[in-house]
Amino acid sequence: MPNQSNDCNTCGKCDNAAREKNSTKNGMPLHTIIVYSENISGLLSQITAVFTRRQVNIETLNVCASSTPGVHKYTITCYCDTEMAEMLKKQMEKRIDVLQANYFTDDQIYIQETALFKLSTPVILENNRISKVIRLHDAKIVEVNPTYSIVEKTGLTEEILSLFESLTKLECILQFVRSGRIAVTKSRIEKLDEYIQLREQKRAQILEQ
Amino acid sequence: MKERITGAEALMRSLVNEGVKTIFGYPGGAIMPVFDALYDYRDRLNHILVRHEQGATHAAQGYARVSGEVGCCLVTSGPGATNTITGIADAMIDSTPMVVICGQVGTAMLGTDAFQEVDVVGITSPISKWNFQIRRAEDVAWAVSRAFYIAKSGRPGPVVLDFAKNAQTGMVDYEPAKVDFIRSYDPEPQPSEEAIKKAAKMIDDSVKPFVLVGQGVELGNAQPELKEFLEKAQIPAGCTLLGLSALPTDHPLNMGMLGMHGNLGPNVMTNQCDLLIAIGMRFDDRVTGNLKTYARQAKIIHFDIDPSEFDKNVKVDLPVLGNCKQTLAAVTKLISPAKHNSWINGFKPYAEKEYNKVIEKAINPTQGPLLMAEVVRKVSEAANNEAILVTDVGQNQMFGCRYFKFTKPRSVVTSGGCGTMGFGLPAAIGATFGAPDRTVCLFVGDGGLQMTIQELGTIMEQGSPVKIILLNNNFLGNVRQWQAMFFNHRYSFTPMANPDYEKIAEAYGIPAHTVVEREDLDNSIKVMLQTPGPYLLQCAVLEEDNVLPMTPPGADVDKMLLEVPE
Repeated sequence: MPNQSNDCNTCGKCDNAAREKNSTKNGMPLHTIIVYSENISGLLSQITAVFTRRQVNIETLNVCASSTPGVHKYTITCYCDTEMAEMLKKQMEKRIDVLQANYFTDDQIYIQETALFKLSTPVILENNRISKVIRLHDAKIVEVNPTYSIVEKTGLTEEILSLFESLTKLECILQFVRSGRIAVTKSRIEKLDEYIQLREQKRAQILEQ
Repeated sequence: MKERITGAEALMRSLVNEGVKTIFGYPGGAIMPVFDALYDYRDRLNHILVRHEQGATHAAQGYARVSGEVGCCLVTSGPGATNTITGIADAMIDSTPMVVICGQVGTAMLGTDAFQEVDVVGITSPISKWNFQIRRAEDVAWAVSRAFYIAKSGRPGPVVLDFAKNAQTGMVDYEPAKVDFIRSYDPEPQPSEEAIKKAAKMIDDSVKPFVLVGQGVELGNAQPELKEFLEKAQIPAGCTLLGLSALPTDHPLNMGMLGMHGNLGPNVMTNQCDLLIAIGMRFDDRVTGNLKTYARQAKIIHFDIDPSEFDKNVKVDLPVLGNCKQTLAAVTKLISPAKHNSWINGFKPYAEKEYNKVIEKAINPTQGPLLMAEVVRKVSEAANNEAILVTDVGQNQMFGCRYFKFTKPRSVVTSGGCGTMGFGLPAAIGATFGAPDRTVCLFVGDGGLQMTIQELGTIMEQGSPVKIILLNNNFLGNVRQWQAMFFNHRYSFTPMANPDYEKIAEAYGIPAHTVVEREDLDNSIKVMLQTPGPYLLQCAVLEEDNVLPMTPPGADVDKMLLEVPE
């Protein structure tokens, strides 16, 4: 888990976005690496092995089908310098069934994360500060029953952690889970589409020969 | 016209389709249906029964390195497969095209800890270029074609096919497959014209250019293009261990071997050139020494087919991506003819210094026990410098590569990146199948020979004409040298009691002779080379000889030691 913020307890709206932009660990910036691969089993372990071998710790990892049929998308975050990010990119692209790997800093991508909090309903009813904190953080209550309530919060890592800290202090959390980061690029160019187009041209060339 | 056959037979047909003629293998339970099918294909597929699966992989490597074809291995599941791991790792780091097919338990038993079940795909993933588990007979043709395409294209490497038993016995309507395109894999990237132009300009502008020749030149069959390039602009070159035979040893622009035990001139001049041109090499730490001081004064151009090599160890000013057969030819067209006489002459004092301080003593000793260097040089010359050099790992390898001379391409087979002791004997067997018309000379130590000594059985059975030159010093010599230099002469488990190797050879029906006296050397080599088939020539060499010069590990590339410090 990234460093927990300790200076923001109640408000999810402060300068978290700015801090996220400058998120660092041991002087290393946070990079988001977006990888596209063919949908072939066993690739996830090949991709994570690239990080392990270069002693880079994966902070979050999300895998899902991409908008291109048959192509999987991996969104991975890690703290490393640009040289290392470049090396990770090349080593991942070296795997036969990886289509493309690119790395980004936070200003180049639109980022989102989701968290679910399972809270004790009796504790919430006893302490009215809890529902105030939930509202201040713009979180959504999606389930309520006499035993527990479920709160959903979507936002940046720091916003989610800020809510987590506040609720922890109010001693109402039964369970907590945070998704890995998901991201789309802000670029107007779709690099993967370009790549696939080039490769399909090459395929046509080879077929002709 | 489809025909209904078993997956095992589909494998046979697919291998024939890929042009495979020789397979190195060893049968076992989970690959028996395939060996049964092979029985009917003996006329088309020459299966060489090795004595240990590791031997199969090294033999396939030796075969591939001298022939340029894909080496092929066939082994069983579990221990059969795990015994191939060292060879697969070796082929990966030395970019050797190889396809290893291993049996696997049936898919119904996968993951149940069945007899001889090992997660081969999991184990070989980080050490193979690609791997795949064939679970259905329908996938055989496609998987085999894809395996061979990946193994030999681009930067070559090992591919593993894990062949489940039910896929071997299952029936399939066989249709040949041909994979020559993979969307996510671009093995021959189009060279950038801009990079070619820039490279030509940098070369034209340089006063002291220096070329590093790597195995990529051999893998790309770009030896003629390299020669033309060097000669047009008169650029001196040094060769890496695996690139040694890409340029004839006595070519006037060949300044010798790079690296820890390479020649003094090319190592020193690396830190004096103004332009370093690396071709198909990967800046291994044994070549660069201390990266902080390596060629800092020079601009660097790097020709390579694998983009992940750029900036991996050494930051380069200009990467030139592509097959060097194309990129070198394109650059040669653009550069102006040049002479670099005074720069080339600058190598001479270093060559003379090394000759006087190291080489002469090593190849022309007049007294004392035999030296490894003199044996190597004498064998090389007796074979007209036309033989294939196979080495094991250690002092035999360094002396072999320093003193053997090359006039033909694809003539050096050695374990470079992995440094696998035991590589030599099986690799030499493979080389005799890959280049049946050439003489194959193996230099091996008493340590490495015993790591795969069982392959003498393969030599016996096949009559493989391997000329085994055993450089016996009763030590694990390279480690002993390091113990002497860096561990205060504490010879921790490097002295070794040896068996009677002549008796061992005799048991295998291999003619053998031991040389102790210098006077006996020339004639013994002659007899060895004239004897048809295999031969074991044991040379009783100086026990505590040292490979020199040496760049100690991590030291600056131009700070080579010419003698062992007291």
